[in-house]
Amino acid sequence: MLIHALRRIGRFGFEMLSSMGRALRLLSSALIRRPDHRNIPLIIGQIYQLGVLSILIIVCSGFAIGAVLALQGYTQLVRVGSESALGLGVALVLVMEIGPVVSALLFAGRAGSAVTAEIGLMKATEQLASMEMIGVDPISRIIAPRFWGGFIVLPLLALMFSVVGIWAGSLVAVDWLGVYSGSFWSVMEQGVDFFDHVMKGIIKSIVFGFVVIWISLYQGYDSLPTSEGLSKATTNTVVFSSVWILVLDFFLTLMMFEL
Amino acid sequence: MTRNSIVFDNVSYNFGKKEIFKNLSFEVPAGQTVGIMGPSGTGKTTLLRLMGGQIQPDNGTILVEGKDINKIKRAELFELRKCLGMLFQSGALFSDLTVFENVAFPLKEHTRLNGEMIRYLVLIKLNSVGLRGAAHLFPRELSGGMQRRVALARAMALDPKLIMYDEPFTGLDPIALGVISNLIKDVGSVYECTNVIVSHDIEETARISNLLYVLSEGEIIGQGSPQDLKKDDSPRLKQFLNGLPDGPVPFHYPAPEYLDSLIGVKNTKRTIIKRDD
Amino acid sequence: MQSLKIEVLVGVFLLLSLLCLGFLAVKVSGFSLGKSNDRYLLYSHFEQVGGLTVRSKVAISGVEIGQVLAIEYDQETMNAKVTLEIDSSISSIPSDSTASILTEGLLGSKYISISLGAEDQTLSGGDEIFDTQSAVILEELIGKFLIEQF
Ligand SMILES: Nc1ncnc2c1ncn2[C@@H]1O[C@H](COP(=O)(O)OP(=O)(O)OP(=O)(O)O)[C@@H](O)[C@H]1O
Ligand SMILES: [Mg+2]
Repeated sequence: MLIHALRRIGRFGFEMLSSMGRALRLLSSALIRRPDHRNIPLIIGQIYQLGVLSILIIVCSGFAIGAVLALQGYTQLVRVGSESALGLGVALVLVMEIGPVVSALLFAGRAGSAVTAEIGLMKATEQLASMEMIGVDPISRIIAPRFWGGFIVLPLLALMFSVVGIWAGSLVAVDWLGVYSGSFWSVMEQGVDFFDHVMKGIIKSIVFGFVVIWISLYQGYDSLPTSEGLSKATTNTVVFSSVWILVLDFFLTLMMFEL
Repeated sequence: MTRNSIVFDNVSYNFGKKEIFKNLSFEVPAGQTVGIMGPSGTGKTTLLRLMGGQIQPDNGTILVEGKDINKIKRAELFELRKCLGMLFQSGALFSDLTVFENVAFPLKEHTRLNGEMIRYLVLIKLNSVGLRGAAHLFPRELSGGMQRRVALARAMALDPKLIMYDEPFTGLDPIALGVISNLIKDVGSVYECTNVIVSHDIEETARISNLLYVLSEGEIIGQGSPQDLKKDDSPRLKQFLNGLPDGPVPFHYPAPEYLDSLIGVKNTKRTIIKRDD
Repeated sequence: MQSLKIEVLVGVFLLLSLLCLGFLAVKVSGFSLGKSNDRYLLYSHFEQVGGLTVRSKVAISGVEIGQVLAIEYDQETMNAKVTLEIDSSISSIPSDSTASILTEGLLGSKYISISLGAEDQTLSGGDEIFDTQSAVILEELIGKFLIEQF
């Protein structure tokens, strides 16, 4: 019984290490590839697929979260008479924390899973193999553009998320709850620092974009060419991405804000 | 001495514990049309994947156009593949490109031809498989046989020195079959291209091949020109060529005795083993 | 045609996110380029800076004119030396002005308020505001109040 359990743990550990090795190899070979001028239209296409098509969900969620933050913050702050700090609170929370994290989670669900499914299906239908046999390396033609596309796109989506959230917060606070608009904006402007807060949020979303797109590509490329393998790969993408985002968020916060 | 396009030297290959090839050696002479036949599941597709360098043998060497396909660098392998063509058993067309773009893909990637030239070449290739009119369609809008004809046009797009065909004759109606097999034959005789045809269509393969190999259970059980093979009277070869179900060549995937597995003898077997140790 | 549409949309997307970055920089964090270029420095010493921090605002009549650049302990004078960064458009602060540390609201953050003096001579870069009023520490005040009562 014990031996059996130990053996399973051992096998699990080995499986995990070897899959991490394969993921690293995929990443390094996608990054090492000599940049190819033919890849630029492909990257633009991926920015469209992963970025432009995600705008709607990002804007809607950003709006909802910004509005809720303002509402919740107001009910708390108005009790100590500091509702003028509402703008500052909403902006800080969005820019440093919720903007990068939630947009990365949404990106994993919307774009990451799509990338996994697409590549997994290409593999299952031998499209990757036939591309190889034509003498075109699928790592530079399929994997690399998606990697760069996703890497570029997520920080931009996170910026949009924060801005829409702050705007929604101002709608709720100023136009609805009647917080004085001058203090809403000026207290925010004073309390938020570009390098201390905005930049650190951007750095977070750059890291998240890197991790999410890497996981998505690896899960697709490493999937079993069956319908079950494909569904498992897409699930893994969303689950692993989400866990990694949250764990990394903790450590990044710890590192950057020097607590 | 004739030059060889492909040389297999003592190649062994296993899928896990299942042995597919054991010390397999054979040659494909340059400029010839070579048919490789064998029952379903003997590893013909696996053989082509070995030739294309997509999988590595456990043992032995494979030379393609004089190069050891498992020793050369990745970049060199891709360079070599530019002058190879492969028709996949499933077609394996790019599903988000149209028929035209699929056939144009190798040309766009590996040549500096302008758009007009590429259009011209693609239409010639598509015309030769009878699908010029389908150029604007997507693969999902084609029937299985049509997809395979497009895949054939794509495999031939760069006029490669060596083309490998995985079951080129399945899913074709008699007219298309005649056209396609003549096309393959012409590619061989006119352009001096080496053809490797993997198929179990004995008639058609024998008609256009100069040399035939018959594969069964990981070994070559017969080789020679079509005429030679017909004269050969080894029982295994006879059974395969004449299409008889009973004989030394297994039709079934390895399995316990049919009756035994129906009445569940497997379980009793297991208990016997247990009792033994 | 299709690819043109995609390229245009991608262009719009990139532009939009650049605008978002601009919004976060200017409107949210009040970041302006060349901030430090057209500013000059003033110094002043306080007995007690309690609660004043770097980047606290400096104001005249409640209008922001600069910020606190540094706070350090001065060993010679044995009190706190505060470096103020003042916008260069505010060039006529009389030399006998007073700098006091005040609190925004009851529990708000500390800031420095400069009350203008009457001298003709004005302060320029590197000068010191000698007349200062230290921060009021709420606990001390309450303590004093209690002692006077009993
Ligand atoms: N990925 C794999 N894992 C394990 N076994 C495999 C795998 N692919 C193929 N096989 C086994 O290898 C053997 C050869 O497969 P292959 O596809 O090469 O056969 P084939 O000769 O092309 O058959 P067909 O004529 O039906 O296409 C089969 O018995 C199959 O069970
Ligand atoms: Mg096969």
